[in-house]
Amino acid sequence: MNNSFFARKFVIQGIFIAIAIIIVARLFYIQIIDKSYLLSANNNVLRKVVVYPARGVVFDRNGKVLVQNEPVYDLMVIPQEAKEIDTALLCQLIDIPVEGFKKRMDKARAHSPYRASPFEKQLPSTTYAQLQEHLYKFRGFYVQNRTVRSYPDSVAAQVLGYTLEANERDIERSKGFYRPGDYIGATGIERSYEDLLRGQRGVKNQMVDALNRPKGVFMEGKYDTLAVAGDGLISTLDKDLQVLAEKLMKGKMGSIVAIEPSTGEILTFVSSPGYNPNMMVGRERGNNYMKLLNDKTKPMFVRPIQAYYPPGSVFKVVAALTAQQAGVIDEHTVFNCPGGYRYGGGRAIMRCTHVDGPTGLIKSIQKSCNTYYGYVYARMIDSRGMPSTKAYDLWREAIGKFGIGHTLGIDLPGEKPGLIPTSSWYTKRYGNDKWKSGYNISLSIGQGEMGITPLQMANIMAIVANRGFYYRPHLVKGIGEKKIIRKEYTEKIHAGVDAKYYEAVIEGMSRAVNVPGGTGYSVRVPGVEMCGKTGTAQNPHGKDHAVFFAFAPRENPKIAIAVFVENAGFGGVWAGPMVNMLVEKYLKDTISLPKYTQDRIFNANFLPKETAKKEEVKKDSTKTKKDTAAVVKTAAVRDEKKEMFVHHSQVTRR
Amino acid sequence: MNSTTEKSFFGRIDWITILIWLTLCIIGWFNIHAAVFNPEHPGLFSLETNYGKQSIYIFTAMIIGFSILIIDAKFFLSSAPFIYAVVILLLIAVLVVGRSVGGNQSWIPLGSFRLQPSEFGKLATCLLLASYLSSQSSKAPNMRTLLTGAAIVALPIALVMLQKDTGSALVFFSLIFVFYREGYVGNGLLILAALAILLFVLALLINQWILIGVIFLICGFFAYNLRKKRKHLINIGLLFALSSIYILCVDFAYEHILQPHQRNRIDVILGKIDDPRGEGYNLNQSKIAIGSGQFWGKGYLQGTQTKYNFVPEQSTDFIFCTIGEEWGFVGSVILIALYLTLLIRLVNIAERQRTAFARIYAYGVASILFFHFFINLGMTIGIVPVIGIPLPFLSYGGSSLWSFTILLFILLRFDSSRKGLNN
Repeated sequence: MNNSFFARKFVIQGIFIAIAIIIVARLFYIQIIDKSYLLSANNNVLRKVVVYPARGVVFDRNGKVLVQNEPVYDLMVIPQEAKEIDTALLCQLIDIPVEGFKKRMDKARAHSPYRASPFEKQLPSTTYAQLQEHLYKFRGFYVQNRTVRSYPDSVAAQVLGYTLEANERDIERSKGFYRPGDYIGATGIERSYEDLLRGQRGVKNQMVDALNRPKGVFMEGKYDTLAVAGDGLISTLDKDLQVLAEKLMKGKMGSIVAIEPSTGEILTFVSSPGYNPNMMVGRERGNNYMKLLNDKTKPMFVRPIQAYYPPGSVFKVVAALTAQQAGVIDEHTVFNCPGGYRYGGGRAIMRCTHVDGPTGLIKSIQKSCNTYYGYVYARMIDSRGMPSTKAYDLWREAIGKFGIGHTLGIDLPGEKPGLIPTSSWYTKRYGNDKWKSGYNISLSIGQGEMGITPLQMANIMAIVANRGFYYRPHLVKGIGEKKIIRKEYTEKIHAGVDAKYYEAVIEGMSRAVNVPGGTGYSVRVPGVEMCGKTGTAQNPHGKDHAVFFAFAPRENPKIAIAVFVENAGFGGVWAGPMVNMLVEKYLKDTISLPKYTQDRIFNANFLPKETAKKEEVKKDSTKTKKDTAAVVKTAAVRDEKKEMFVHHSQVTRR
Repeated sequence: MNSTTEKSFFGRIDWITILIWLTLCIIGWFNIHAAVFNPEHPGLFSLETNYGKQSIYIFTAMIIGFSILIIDAKFFLSSAPFIYAVVILLLIAVLVVGRSVGGNQSWIPLGSFRLQPSEFGKLATCLLLASYLSSQSSKAPNMRTLLTGAAIVALPIALVMLQKDTGSALVFFSLIFVFYREGYVGNGLLILAALAILLFVLALLINQWILIGVIFLICGFFAYNLRKKRKHLINIGLLFALSSIYILCVDFAYEHILQPHQRNRIDVILGKIDDPRGEGYNLNQSKIAIGSGQFWGKGYLQGTQTKYNFVPEQSTDFIFCTIGEEWGFVGSVILIALYLTLLIRLVNIAERQRTAFARIYAYGVASILFFHFFINLGMTIGIVPVIGIPLPFLSYGGSSLWSFTILLFILLRFDSSRKGLNN
């Protein structure tokens, strides 16, 4: 028995006990003292999934949907975890070229190797369904669902606008509300009502396994926050009318704006050429956007609020009203029209296309007599017992109350004020303040250095329809479930001319449409007394612009409308029938115009040929310099507007 | 006489050890279940799941265990060389026909199951070592016996190393306790071994020349104090020379002999690599799982880290993570207490044996179980490098469970008949 080393038993047992104590001590440290492991465990298993709220849905005034949401799926990647991926299969599943994999991965890694970045955005449901079956093979990838806009009728693109990913500046300005990858309203209602439409993001604490597969909800959702959907909006637009108006403007450049005079609600708002709003959604958005941006016809240009046109005939309505208010004429004032207005001591003449003879106020409107308004303007500037600069300022202030030269405050971004120079601008131009009405007589008939937007034109019609006041034109009449309307759109604004002065003007406009031989007789609406006027702006760069503006019915008017078709020719031939169809459709829900007339309008195409493009090429001012040199030299306005001016001598009335 | 023998047979079996063994097996089964738990998976005993298979392994282990208890104890003594020879042949065979799993070529496929001969190498080595040393026990410990005994251990080590299964090979080194207990290895050598491990770690952490310098200073200090005694001076000088060479060798061995993944595992544990997603992934996830268990644990089947596969190898080598996470500090300490009770008891059983054979064998069993226990738990909590060896009786796997069970039950068989088994 070799048992002399019996005592070593205790050494061995001692070692066993010592090691056990070391292990227990170590466990005590990592399980009880050091709390970081619990945190790391949660980090391991938790993925905070942002729940994107649905943006608010936009309805038309009758509750029909204009914009809704559609689910799409963003494929996200955490670069550090994405290893040993079958790239070919992934690329095939999401339909991207294999070379694209590295590019996207590099981009994501540049953002952060440990945080999730979008790998491919806005996968449609069908692609997602295929991808989902294989997703477990792609470690580090997961899918984030969100919604994008969808436009069931593809109308009103310019009104509704589109959303874009928030850029650095948006993110900074929002003080952390937006995060990279969030969408933000970029134009239209999407932008002006962004705060209401966007809703509130939610966060879901999801558990994942080591391969990033979702494994249920953490702590039964105790720490989750719900996403709150954005407020719905009720637009003032009438979808059916909008559809018709867009159909009418197809193949033409120009604008249609229709307003409900009693509220300022915009019924139709067309900027043509427009674009299909669905183009600005989805994976092709970038390409589509560039295409639209490079389109010479400028589909992104919101003509009704950004294009300036010489007001022409519609200004005669304003001139007649302001002159009466100023007391320089009354409804019985008569001027003789020998076929033109002579000024500058008889050396110059502003032609009238007709020899109207003795002309009263009503007839001047009905026949759109240039001579009459030459006299009116001369009285306004020269015969008020004050320096002409002061008289001009008063005149300018009066027409300014009709919106000319001012933004109207529509709920769309990018509204332009129009143009009407100040007296000092003319003083500077002529070198002294001794100038008279003859110096800028074209202003008398809404030509020369005067530009207004189609919205302002329609709004003037609304003022006339209301006999003296308007509500700021707007596109949203109800916000959220309570259908709140913004306060500024309930405020009645007076145009500075008393109601009694309107009747003669309205009578003139009524006769223009409803009396045989009137310029708008062919487009009168059966059973409705529509008051309106045609205008045709001669265009030095191409075919004339056709204009028609009207309101109806005469008593208790329901619609005020302005139609402007560029390069179309005669207002009565092109713009008039459009007004006829829109007004009858809105008031009586029928169209009684003969089918062949309708087809003629629908099928017409006035989009410029290559040579005529300069009309719309805003930046290319050199081409048109010759025509507008005089104005360009001194006018303190932006290049793009100058080309819209048409000299009075080129304006005829019809 | 007959009736007393009958009675005493069951009476002499160490039921406490069997109870601990059974408890550990059951704890193992529940934690394997938790580790791979998936509510969509089939029933508890389905053969498609690890826990389903493990229940069969446990059942067969019971049959094997109780079969051993009724085999004549002398059989193991006499057949030790034969068993050793068979296992050595299997270890050679595995090099030829073996299947590679996780980088180790140590499995022999047998139908739907696989056999890992290295697991049985421990048993065979223990038996032959006990048999050989006990045959020499009448003599005083001598170098010749020590070397022969070391050769018995070295052969399986070499073969297992050839399978690239370093972890299993290291286990055999635990048999140094056997040599120590039997007097072939002195206290000094044990201390030297401990010192060697310390120097190994220091050599990797500190610049080798600085380390040699520091040792020189320490040696110088002792040499100055003991300057009167020539013998000590020579020893100190020898110690300095040896440790200097050793330190230089460590560096060389570390750079040229260890495989890159082994180097990395050591670097991770020494904190030289801080890469929780790459090299340190296993260890980091393992510590997170255990650490997040806190005092009471998350509860059975509630462990997110193990359930969702963050910890690799969690039903085999990293089974302790499940315990640490779901049963917390309390459960872990209970488990450690169970193991410690078993180990202490095995040593006590060893010392009550009447034969040197049984005692040496018992020490072998205790040493091997201790090594597995220490290295396995140590690796999951980051105090030893990651070495892939199972936790006895808990880790998933038939070979490991059976071999540990056989190892233990042969000892219990010796113990139950200790009065009848004489030299």
